[in-house]
Amino acid sequence: MTAFQILGTIVVASPTVLVAVLGATTASRWPMSERAIHRWIFSGVLVGMTAAIAVLVLMLLTGDREVPVEFGQWVVIPEEDFHFHMKFLFDWLSVPFVILSYVLCGTIGAFANRYLHREPGYRRFSMCYALFTLGMVLTSLAGTIEVLFFGWELVGLSSALLIAFFHERAAAVRNGQWVWSVYRISDAAFLIAALALHHLKGEGDFDLMMGAGPWPEGVASLTSAQALFIGSLLLVAAMGKSALVPFSGWLPRAMEGPTPSSAVFYGALSVHLGAFLLLRVSPILERSVILSAAVAAVGVLTAVTAAASARVQSDIKSSLAYASLTQVGVIVAEIGFGLRVIPLVHIIGHASLRSLQLLRAPSLLRDYHALENAIGGHLPAQTTGWSRWFPRSWQRWAYRAALERFFLDAWLETIVVRPFVGILSWCDRAERRWTDWLARGRSRESDDVLPNEMVVEELKL
Amino acid sequence: MLELHLPWLELVIAIPLVGAGVVALARDAETARRRAILVGGVTLACTVGQWLDFSLLHTFEAHDRGDVLSRVFGPDAVVIDELSAPLLPLTAFLTLVVVAATLRTKASRFPFAWTLVSEGITLALLSCRAPWGVVILLVAQMIPPFFELQRRGRSPRVFLAHMGPCVALLIAGQAMVDVGGATGPWSLLAIGMLTAAVLIRSGCAPVHCWMTDLFENATFGTALLFVTPMAGAYAAVRLVFPIAPDQALRAIALLSLFTAVYAAGMALVQREARRFFCYLFLSNSSLVLVGLEIATPVGLAGGLCVWLSVGLSLAGFGLTLRALESRTGRLSLAEYHGLYDHMPSLAIFFLLTGLASIGFPGTIGFMGAELLVEGAVGVYPLIGMLVVAAAALNGIAVMHAYFRLFTGTVHTTAISLEARFPEWLAVMALSACVISGGLVPQLGVTSRYHAAVELINRRDRASESPSNREITSRRGTIQPCHP
Repeated sequence: MTAFQILGTIVVASPTVLVAVLGATTASRWPMSERAIHRWIFSGVLVGMTAAIAVLVLMLLTGDREVPVEFGQWVVIPEEDFHFHMKFLFDWLSVPFVILSYVLCGTIGAFANRYLHREPGYRRFSMCYALFTLGMVLTSLAGTIEVLFFGWELVGLSSALLIAFFHERAAAVRNGQWVWSVYRISDAAFLIAALALHHLKGEGDFDLMMGAGPWPEGVASLTSAQALFIGSLLLVAAMGKSALVPFSGWLPRAMEGPTPSSAVFYGALSVHLGAFLLLRVSPILERSVILSAAVAAVGVLTAVTAAASARVQSDIKSSLAYASLTQVGVIVAEIGFGLRVIPLVHIIGHASLRSLQLLRAPSLLRDYHALENAIGGHLPAQTTGWSRWFPRSWQRWAYRAALERFFLDAWLETIVVRPFVGILSWCDRAERRWTDWLARGRSRESDDVLPNEMVVEELKL
Repeated sequence: MLELHLPWLELVIAIPLVGAGVVALARDAETARRRAILVGGVTLACTVGQWLDFSLLHTFEAHDRGDVLSRVFGPDAVVIDELSAPLLPLTAFLTLVVVAATLRTKASRFPFAWTLVSEGITLALLSCRAPWGVVILLVAQMIPPFFELQRRGRSPRVFLAHMGPCVALLIAGQAMVDVGGATGPWSLLAIGMLTAAVLIRSGCAPVHCWMTDLFENATFGTALLFVTPMAGAYAAVRLVFPIAPDQALRAIALLSLFTAVYAAGMALVQREARRFFCYLFLSNSSLVLVGLEIATPVGLAGGLCVWLSVGLSLAGFGLTLRALESRTGRLSLAEYHGLYDHMPSLAIFFLLTGLASIGFPGTIGFMGAELLVEGAVGVYPLIGMLVVAAAALNGIAVMHAYFRLFTGTVHTTAISLEARFPEWLAVMALSACVISGGLVPQLGVTSRYHAAVELINRRDRASESPSNREITSRRGTIQPCHP
């Protein structure tokens, strides 16, 4: 076993052990204490991060730009050439991203230990946090599209649960549900893309699919039409995960969760996953000009709408969320324009800055209040020179559109959700009529189940 | 054909049937519950014993030692093969956990004796390969729920309106196959009749309303145990799959695919938990049928994997809903209940099993779903993607139900709603199966793949089609698996 394999195994194993330990104690009847949880989190992240940094140092010393770490076949059916390869890839893209993930997760873990001290949901938060960390590590280091999907799903699940962290608030839960729904749609696109790749190439290994040469120099062995089809699906997946237009509405909703999760997940890491995916499959983008143009267009559109929305938000977390989205849009546009290393550097810098801003947000408000109290009034509003170039009516229209977040959620609801629910509700009513007719009477006891039943359990038992 | 070391199959059929008589004689509900748990436990032990014994024989099929029943009813009356070997312990396990997780407060209303009768019939069905035996046992399986509906004073008309034609089609179709053969002039009509019967029994849309009606009017436990072994899918494999032409199988697959998407969508708009569960189950069981009828090794293996994973995960999911219902009564999904703080372990289990049912990575359903989608896309590249759409909708529905039941408000109660020890034990046992099956999937996938190949080869041998030679030459001799 080489040093790379040992270190690579540690990088992946430490969050896995963390999930196993926290998961086992969460489900058991003997929950772990806050202090013990914190120690496990601290140790898990520290060990994983140290190993990841050691891999980077080793790569720099040896000059290796791409180091695969194999864990063998998870599932294989030799007769059908079906295999699920557990392979991790340490290269110029994955190593910086996994170190970034560890640094930010570690920072937030330390912050959350105090921020959520004695919160009733501390253990739940820790479990979701561990799942998220594992998901990020798997996604970052995935050497096959199947492993990437595995991590991708873990990130989605933990994100939805964290947004709904404050269980007693219906709004938080509704937002968690909305985000989960968007994620499921993007995950479906991802899965179809993975299957299509499997069918076309017979396997899902990135280094084989993307041609010889380490990232970003690989050349995809796909035709332009194949690249357009698969790339479009991956773009939809990235749009869902990174809240790009038209899915931007979920990002401010995600701020309903506790500040540490907002900071690390939706402000810094999770929101960049779509861009990371596009970088990982960048050789596919290069095979199709139309696809690259579509990526750039989505990025520019997202950046423009998010920048406008950020300027009119009335709460700091939403404002930061849209500011974050603006940069993500720019990063995606950069990828569409054919840049590779610059977007990666942009992601790392932006994620670090935004984490800091989001963690600072609660105390910043306090500082602003102190400042306003000191000067005896509100801080003066700053206007830009842009206002002189546009008529007043246009400004009002733009303000309203930005305030309503360009009606993206409303459009999705009108075009997709309402017709879908309407048709199915009609089917449900038709089924009721049919069973009532067959039963020669009322067939559904469930109709009598009242939404607000006030009978307490003791009386029912 | 090789013989098992003990008459396991006859034991697993006889024990619950005899046990049902013993339970029926119990003086009170609590005694009946304890006896039912004991009988269920012994039955489970025997099914596990037969599975281990069968796997040690390294063969595709085996008979009981002595084999009294086969001498009377024919060689295929009681036989175990790679398809049915894991289904027997699964059925026995599900019955045991349902019986064990029945709270004392509900024991007086739960039909323990009838449940054991159903278990015996289902185990006999899963041990039977003879077409007429399958037909008769399918019909017999419908009797206990019918009596329960009557005993509870509910109208059995919807149930009968579907099961009546199903029985008629089964008997007529099988009689025509017997008379005319699978290739005779009336064969297409006979196959069509059997297919229609299977579709009704499986609850394919638009003939699925019996299933929602059963969940509405029978006890949750009975409805759960009637649908989770997926007798319709078993009938499809034994009665239709060996004789139906490829095009007919693919037509069933398409219809099942439509049902999977339709039921997934319907699960999203339900306002009551039982109906929601019913549609969720319907969607997933239809995906099993999709896999079975794709008739390619990968698709069929995927269908068989999903069969096991859906059986385990949705039984656990239903069990959690049943535990909730036994504490709060029927649950509306139109509002939030906020039960998480009172029953965290049940909440986690609810989510875990729900995610397993949609093929979430790391759970038992993941690899089966992957194989199934791979198989479906291989046959119908575009339409197969609907499988992914159904899984996505089911995922949204599962999370929707989780949020509605466990979050969104503060639930106030004066008594503890936490899982009782037997429930907790059942939950942990199922969780262990769901997670271990997800983390170490190779064993299960190999076993199901071998079963799939054997089914396809047997079908090809029966029809002597050119594809038989192709599959055999491509794969050579398939080695038996070792579960």
